[in-house]
Amino acid sequence: MKLSVLLFGIARDIVGDRQISVDLPENENVAGLLNYLKKEYPSFNDLQSLLVAVNDTYAKSEHVLQENDEIALIPPVSGG
Amino acid sequence: MDSQFSKAELERYSRHLIIPEFNIEGQRKLKESKVLVVGAGGLGSPLLFYLTAAGAGTIGIVDFDTIEESNLQRQVLFTVDDIGKSKAKTAAQRLKRLNPHVEFRVYDTQLTSDNALEIIRDYDVIADGTDNFPTRYLVNDACVILGKTNVYASIFRFEGQVSVFNHLMPDGSRGPNYRDLFPEPPPPGLVPSCAEGGVLGVLPGIIGSLQANEVIKIITGVGEPLAGRLFLFDAFSFETRTVKVAKDPDTKEITKLIDYIEFCGLNNSSQKTEENMVKEITVQELASLKENGSDYQLIDVREPYERKIASIEGELVPLAQIMSFADNIARDKKVIIYCRSGSRSAQAVIQLEKQNGFDNLYNLKGGILAWAKEIDPTVAKY
Repeated sequence: MKLSVLLFGIARDIVGDRQISVDLPENENVAGLLNYLKKEYPSFNDLQSLLVAVNDTYAKSEHVLQENDEIALIPPVSGG
Repeated sequence: MDSQFSKAELERYSRHLIIPEFNIEGQRKLKESKVLVVGAGGLGSPLLFYLTAAGAGTIGIVDFDTIEESNLQRQVLFTVDDIGKSKAKTAAQRLKRLNPHVEFRVYDTQLTSDNALEIIRDYDVIADGTDNFPTRYLVNDACVILGKTNVYASIFRFEGQVSVFNHLMPDGSRGPNYRDLFPEPPPPGLVPSCAEGGVLGVLPGIIGSLQANEVIKIITGVGEPLAGRLFLFDAFSFETRTVKVAKDPDTKEITKLIDYIEFCGLNNSSQKTEENMVKEITVQELASLKENGSDYQLIDVREPYERKIASIEGELVPLAQIMSFADNIARDKKVIIYCRSGSRSAQAVIQLEKQNGFDNLYNLKGGILAWAKEIDPTVAKY
């Protein structure tokens, strides 16, 4: 299934893009997506604190993804 | 005439008083309120300006820092005459001229686990505009312990985040807080601060104004506060997004304050220890090498756009490309590697020593900032 992944903050630097398209097996969950990203972009292994939103709603690691879901990866930022 | 407001105040706040949903009752709540603004910097500037102009009764300002030249690009509270002065004190002086009806309390000190509860306890609403992770977790935890609403905002380059944490919901429960979104801080060094990663000057103007708006809504009870939602703004593409967030039942209950410097891994991380063991050369030693015409190789591991701000020559090889440059690095003479502050160049030395077995690499201690400060005052500090 095709997923659209939007990147924010330092996740943009890690991936080198603001948005990517990811192809994952059916019924994959958020944890599976993060594992895939960690393999593709090893720096995600260091970024444990990462808010994942699916279709603009906070999703936990067991949340099952659907075709065409829009996922946002939101790391913390600290500037003030 | 109203018993609480003077004629001058009624005239000053008249544009609030004639909004049907706001009216004199909203203004009364503002006047009776006590707001604590933590951080008088980029976010703190619009926050403090608008809270003061709007007529919050008591405003506490916490900041231990002094004003620097590089603050003025976005911290519009301050002027060139203020450089070197206390941010908290200078802000209060400036704001008193904006609205004499507001009482200011100045905390020219760092918020710590020892003083946070005592300071925060006295306020109705807290606005977090700090610039580092330890203080963000500290403000969050103290607000949870004391049952205070924490109006949060944070910025990075072109991006801003805003939310209202630990807010008292209509059902009597408390809304999500920072730890429901980010239970653990990122490892040190991974997420750059404004000083390291930069920030668009107008961004805190936008985001801090949104933060002021939430503070005013919460105090007056007017409108829908941004509780249970995280607002994201991208000034680069002009895209906004509001993400629904909820309390995470797996998050540990917050019962006491901890050592937040340690929690954020900032006191004795292995990376820092490793960096400390790298061979170093001081800017004075480099200056005398230059003067004597000694043979050495100088490598700048910053980015090309940094080189345009300040340069002490040498070959430009950004840190990300340093490993593929290893074959061009001399082994028969001193090789001096530098960056802005000495951190990235230390990483370059560590990587090259580990993977290519160099033993002639020296990190320029303090980087080009130290050079600008101690050797050549014509070089810009950035």
